[in-house]
Amino acid sequence: MIIDLERFLNQERSAWAELEAMLDRLEAEPGERLSLHQLRHFHELYERASAALAKITTFSAEPQTRRYLEILVARAYAEIHETRGRRQRFRFYDWLSRELPQTFRRNVRAFWLSLAITMVGCLFGGLAIGLDPDSKPVLMPFAGLMQDPAKRVAQEEKADHPKIEGNKAPFAAELMTHNIKVSILTLALGMTFGLGTIIMLFYNGVILGAVAVDYLRAGQAKFLFGWLLPHGAIEIPSILIAGQAGLLLAGALIGWGRRVPLAQRLREISRELLTLIGGFSLLLVWAGFVESFLSQYHEPVLPYAVKIAFGLFELGLLTLFLAKSGSKPVPAAPPP
Amino acid sequence: MSARQQLHIRTPEGIVFSQTLAGPVARAVAWIVDVLTIGAAISLLQTILMAFDALSPGIGLTLFVLAYFIVSLGYFIFLEWRLRGQTLGKRLLRLRVVDAEGMRLQFNQIVIRNLLRFVDDLPLLYFLGGLVCWFNGRSQRLGDIAANTVVIRLSQVGQPDLSQLLAGKFNSLRLYPHLAARLRQQVGPAEAAVALQAIMRRDEFNPVARVLLFGELARHFAAKVEFPADATEGQADEQYIRNVVDVVYRPRVETGTARANASMMS
Repeated sequence: MIIDLERFLNQERSAWAELEAMLDRLEAEPGERLSLHQLRHFHELYERASAALAKITTFSAEPQTRRYLEILVARAYAEIHETRGRRQRFRFYDWLSRELPQTFRRNVRAFWLSLAITMVGCLFGGLAIGLDPDSKPVLMPFAGLMQDPAKRVAQEEKADHPKIEGNKAPFAAELMTHNIKVSILTLALGMTFGLGTIIMLFYNGVILGAVAVDYLRAGQAKFLFGWLLPHGAIEIPSILIAGQAGLLLAGALIGWGRRVPLAQRLREISRELLTLIGGFSLLLVWAGFVESFLSQYHEPVLPYAVKIAFGLFELGLLTLFLAKSGSKPVPAAPPP
Repeated sequence: MSARQQLHIRTPEGIVFSQTLAGPVARAVAWIVDVLTIGAAISLLQTILMAFDALSPGIGLTLFVLAYFIVSLGYFIFLEWRLRGQTLGKRLLRLRVVDAEGMRLQFNQIVIRNLLRFVDDLPLLYFLGGLVCWFNGRSQRLGDIAANTVVIRLSQVGQPDLSQLLAGKFNSLRLYPHLAARLRQQVGPAEAAVALQAIMRRDEFNPVARVLLFGELARHFAAKVEFPADATEGQADEQYIRNVVDVVYRPRVETGTARANASMMS
């Protein structure tokens, strides 16, 4: 049996046009709330279009009408069956004070794992440079780190102003953008079942451990902490948070012991990932400023004790923020 | 079209609808358009922002470094969000990013699929992403898998308008209602659709192909039900097929048309 196409189109055309108009409005204004009556009518129109699609698929192979209905039903389906909340107005303060620290705490196991991998890297880098100082060019192939620590400290302390004087703002911008890119890559490598993220964290640890042992062996502990702590107290945790996000992504991809489809596992963590990305990006903007405007100044211009105290203060504040912020339940709104 | 190129979604109501997936080549072309657009925007910004160095040395460079980062990363996110899954390249190629389950595309998904370009881009020029996209059944790169999105081809389909085709013109086959009814019974949806498409797209064919196609279709339908000679005499194959389509898709004729047919009979 073939459908009476003309009659069918004449009967249904107005309902489809109405559904199309409603969809246009809903898609243009995602915040719009429909009344119960409108919602019922919308659902009725969706069901009618679905039924029409089923009918035309069964009783006619007319492709244009079928394609039109498929698109219409697909759009309506997305509006009706979407169970994730509609996006609400973004409130930066709420996000920063509650959502970010809560997300961090919810996934703290991934953070500890990220820290552990970095620490293993540190241990490896430290041991390697301690046992074989000639491995320096392999472990940390960066011009600034190749110099003898004692010579570098003497040079830096002799200078009245840092080498980047006059270029602090572009340097800060370079640091921020570069570190954010590296952090995003660390996260994105979670898609390699976490292997890439682990390598990135381990390698960061190796460099950190190697630099630390190199300066400690040269008796430059004060310089090392004074140089690294002001920005490192924020920068290193940021990279660890990026690693946390990468491991979270890898965990969802692997889905250990979970009988949930991959798409659902990934859907569950998408908001968590976005929050962590926002978190480490924000921290890295701050770290970029500090590294450019503070870390490059050394004694006698800026006493190491002040720099170390500043770094420890930042670290304490960050720890407190991540551990405690947003942990109090939000008081219920008073009745109107 | 193979099943590989279609995304089929079954609704809880049991209705299946499909979307045509975009392949790696179309996506690559769209990406090239986007990269050229980003390049042009960055060049323009460089000219404008570096002029700020005249105010204070370093400020132009700082602004440029930040602008470069924001534009190169934010272009895809901003446009896909504002243009509901499209960038300029995707719009040009008529592609759109959609949720792989047919749900509404969320901002989280757009950010994740775009930030994961960092891994898709490895080692360079989207080699890894392209490879994954090529072998993935839904043509997804790694970013799409993580964000649970797919890129589909859009088809511009408005409400079907068959009024010109099925307008109440005189149809000699309707002079024999019992044969017309038999024809409706004999013709299946697929072959009816071929005839309908041939009529709808007749102006797209070259003249020789048009004559050959309608000749073949006319022989096919004539073999199903044989109408008396006076119903088909002097009729071009194309006119005969138009009449067949009219009978098959429009079983009930309006009163005016029926009257016209009846008067022709008398």
